[in-house]
Amino acid sequence: MDTTAILSRILDAHRDQPGALLPVLHEVQEAFGFIPPETVPAIAKALNLSRAEVHGVISYYHHFRQEPAGRHVVRVCCAEACQAVGGEALAEHARTRLAGSEVTLEPVYCLGLCACGPALQVDETHLHAAMTPAKFDALVARLESEG
Amino acid sequence: MRTTVYVPGDAAALALGADAVADAITATAAACGIELRLVRNGSRGMVWLEPLVEVVTPQGRIAYGPVTVDVVGSLFAANCFAGGEHPLRLGPTEAIPWLARQTRLVTRRVGVVDPRSLTDYVARGGGEGLRRARAMAPAAIVQAIADSGLRGRGGAAFPAGIKWRTVHDATAAQKYVVCNADEGDSGTFSDRMLMEGDPFCLLEGMVIAGRAVGADRGYIYVRSEYPHAIAALDAALAAAGDFLGDFHVEVRKGAGSYVCGEETALLESLEGRRGIVRSKPPLPAIEGLFGQPTLIHNVITLASVPDILAAGAAAHRDLGSGRSRGTLPFQLAGNIRHGGLVEVPFGLTLRELLYDFGGGSRSGRPLRAVQVGGPLGAYLPESQFDTPLDYEAFAAIGAGLGHGGIVAFDDTVDMAKQARYAMKFCAIESCGKCTPCRIGSTRGVEVIDRIRAGDRTQIELLEDLCETMVQGSACAMGSMTPIPVMSALHHFPEDFA
Repeated sequence: MDTTAILSRILDAHRDQPGALLPVLHEVQEAFGFIPPETVPAIAKALNLSRAEVHGVISYYHHFRQEPAGRHVVRVCCAEACQAVGGEALAEHARTRLAGSEVTLEPVYCLGLCACGPALQVDETHLHAAMTPAKFDALVARLESEG
Repeated sequence: MRTTVYVPGDAAALALGADAVADAITATAAACGIELRLVRNGSRGMVWLEPLVEVVTPQGRIAYGPVTVDVVGSLFAANCFAGGEHPLRLGPTEAIPWLARQTRLVTRRVGVVDPRSLTDYVARGGGEGLRRARAMAPAAIVQAIADSGLRGRGGAAFPAGIKWRTVHDATAAQKYVVCNADEGDSGTFSDRMLMEGDPFCLLEGMVIAGRAVGADRGYIYVRSEYPHAIAALDAALAAAGDFLGDFHVEVRKGAGSYVCGEETALLESLEGRRGIVRSKPPLPAIEGLFGQPTLIHNVITLASVPDILAAGAAAHRDLGSGRSRGTLPFQLAGNIRHGGLVEVPFGLTLRELLYDFGGGSRSGRPLRAVQVGGPLGAYLPESQFDTPLDYEAFAAIGAGLGHGGIVAFDDTVDMAKQARYAMKFCAIESCGKCTPCRIGSTRGVEVIDRIRAGDRTQIELLEDLCETMVQGSACAMGSMTPIPVMSALHHFPEDFA
């Protein structure tokens, strides 16, 4: 299916839903890995919004991407509970290790894994707690070899 | 007869390898010709023991933990799936002192039931509150909530009964119940654990609330960082059948904005806009979602409702201390040896929680500072550890319980750096509506940087800036960010030298 067909399927499913913009954007991002700029006019039209309103929402929320991410996304928790057990050192290690990698590194502010930090998330659903730099390197090596 | 084995599917257990353990148990059982029924329960909340595997025996559920894939073979060799001895054997789960000393009400089924099974939920007392509520007039349900003394568990601790009465008394063709599951505070995970471990309890609370205030539609707004909670709620809704009656619930996924935990920003987000706070009044109870009267509560508040109806308002009211009634599921986090979920009545001291339950720091070094109530909560020094955990006692020392998150730091912490982080976090997450928060947070980072570089004359400026943010911000994000900053400065001045 091409972009237009996928988009109209998503928009049709949400046309009558009150406050549909976030659910629509989530599905668009799930389908394409990001929110392609060319989808914005169609989303705006379907939901009776201006393009500026749609763009404003996309750019406001940290979760929505306007550009594709790398093959994998690793989000390292940078919030207080993880800071208390070496989260900053892990984040620093991750920055160095992933410089130039096809794996995208992002900060996240709490994954709710606060009693077993430092914590991180891979591609939204895979979680890792009690991380160390050594475990991080093993994880990244696996992600990079998966292709 | 097939033995039932529980391996948690809770996010913390998964992050510690529970899926691999479950797979290894299934594979080894098949290879040995042993028939097992594997249930993916929530977590009991003893996070340092995760993955915690439980085996059902005639003597009750026997716990083993923390289980790794490497030891699964030895568990089978030691006949653990009949409750056998093993170095990881912890005995009957309910008798583990850490758990036995708690008063689990709202989290009573978390880690116990199969979160996907309505049958299991009902077999363990679920549905009783709703059954009673259906036999009561809406006003009587509101009265029961008021009588229980329940206060909002999200952080503001507003009396729930007053909110319920306001929505009940409002006249409108459509009203809503909204569950705020945007649990963004670092150090908190009780909402997540409840949604993952006992989702039907939250749904039941929402249906009762809907009946009481006259709403037939509900939304659960879950942060995008909690995909497993969203999946658990979706699964529960799919399995709910007519348990919800004519009440309709929709799960909505947030998009990574901390401010959306503020109720009016959350409503904006639900309506499809940027999560920017609204001016109050009007209160959401009068003019909330889509301009209609809306009862908006945190997960734990709504999940407390079924038990209040089932056990009676008095059972809730008779626990606690002062005007803080009932229990609060505290969350022990950060640099703590035995971290996890501790539901106890209000009134224990912070020290009891940190040492009797938490066992001190994970690093073995002395605890130096504890942040209570999330990123907008105060940093407390050791001299304040004897403060009783109740809303008023914390307010009296310029702190708050918030959502019950407790983050411990050992003596390697640099409190000026933590103060800087508080301002930085505010700068990242500010919705931008009001100037003190949007600009003040960035100026705050700069001022703290100058202090850390040795310019002590900037301390007065930081105090002024905090005063401006407290007085001039539109919501808690800007007005409470100064709390961690100023508490760090006041209690740990040596770090700002």
